[in-house]
Amino acid sequence: MKLLTLNFLTCAIKTCKTNPASFPLHPRDAELEIVEADMNLPFLRNILPRLMWEELRGICGELGLPELPATPPTPADLVEASNAVHGSAEADEEEPSQTAKDLHRILLETCIQEGKLVCGACEHEYAVKEGVANFLLPGHLV
Amino acid sequence: MLPTPSTSHVCYDRVYEPAEDSYLLLDTLSAASETAFLQDRFNNASSTPPLVLEVGVGSGVVLAFVAANAGTIFGRHDVLTLGTDINSFACRAAAQTVRDAIQEREDGRSVFTDVVNGDLATAMRPHSVDVFIFNPPYVPAELPDLSCHDKYNKVPEGKKATSFEQDSYLLELSYAGGEDGMVVTNRMLEHIPGILSADRGVAYVLLCAQNKPEVVKQRIREWGAGWMAESVGASGKKAGWEKLVIVRIWRNAI
Ligand SMILES: C[S@@+](CC[C@H](N)C(=O)[O-])C[C@H]1O[C@@H](n2cnc3c(N)ncnc32)[C@H](O)[C@@H]1O
Ligand SMILES: [Zn+2]
Repeated sequence: MKLLTLNFLTCAIKTCKTNPASFPLHPRDAELEIVEADMNLPFLRNILPRLMWEELRGICGELGLPELPATPPTPADLVEASNAVHGSAEADEEEPSQTAKDLHRILLETCIQEGKLVCGACEHEYAVKEGVANFLLPGHLV
Repeated sequence: MLPTPSTSHVCYDRVYEPAEDSYLLLDTLSAASETAFLQDRFNNASSTPPLVLEVGVGSGVVLAFVAANAGTIFGRHDVLTLGTDINSFACRAAAQTVRDAIQEREDGRSVFTDVVNGDLATAMRPHSVDVFIFNPPYVPAELPDLSCHDKYNKVPEGKKATSFEQDSYLLELSYAGGEDGMVVTNRMLEHIPGILSADRGVAYVLLCAQNKPEVVKQRIREWGAGWMAESVGASGKKAGWEKLVIVRIWRNAI
């Protein structure tokens, strides 16, 4: 499962939803794998306002990945300066910057293959097996 | 006609095979009237990428279709897709269907996140979903006994393949909807206001005639001011009754 997915998930237990500690879920004993994906610069630029940056930084820290900057990059940080000068370059001609490549790697190429996702509120552990997270609770299955 | 994603790798012994209901969703989401509605809502290029969530992805045919044709449907390529299914075999199969369908595109590929194994949308962050899609188990038939789910949701320990009862159970999950075929759908409907994004969220839910679509739509309109429910696609007209309908649920600014 991609780290970007964690931006949209919380603990599945109803009473946890209103507890801020239920987001993000914390990876534990995670085996990571890099699965290459296409670079999508317009996507990266537009997703920035939807990313919960602090939480994402926290997850990277917990996984021992290179530290993300304290504040989210700006759209201009995602393209090579040399191209940005020409201003009118179309999105598909733009050259992604190192910042864009790093962000792409973290959000879309770094996958949790095995491990657990732990709720910070209730401590429930959700298993990840072969890249698929299991959010089924015993309470769902009655 | 946009191409239907390939699901030839999916084993239909334990994952729902694309059928008339699946194709009705494809046709409805790509009909001119619906793409006009969706583009009006989502094609502002500077807005954030819409998140499309499909619950109960099955083979993944619907989510893959949306992911591969995001440009035509939404007027933008930076669309995010995410799926869930209670059946772990469906989760794996669908992830491959979506990946393959996106990979086939030469231009403007959208972004697929994952398919997670879960109950409905219970693991979603509140108000994070922009487009919600659900082709539920809608047949009026007794729900299978979920107490065996853990056991049946994986290949049995020490075995190489699933058992026959296991496969039957998993397929029952894909169609059996309890009383009026509405037990699972009602549970989902209850959660829709909580997961849809407040400003631009829209949901598509498939119903069959026995689900009493007119009653369901009226109930949704009573959720509160601004809530709308309209049929935007139908198939199998018989004596004036539509066998299947797609209901669009959204909230108008008030
Ligand atoms: C009618 S099939 C639709 C499959 C696919 N979306 C299609 O249109 O071809 C219903 C799907 O919902 C799944 N499902 C049933 N109950 C569910 C639940 N509580 N949570 C998540 N998925 C569920 C089934 O496993 C099945 O894949
Ligand atoms: Zn929790």
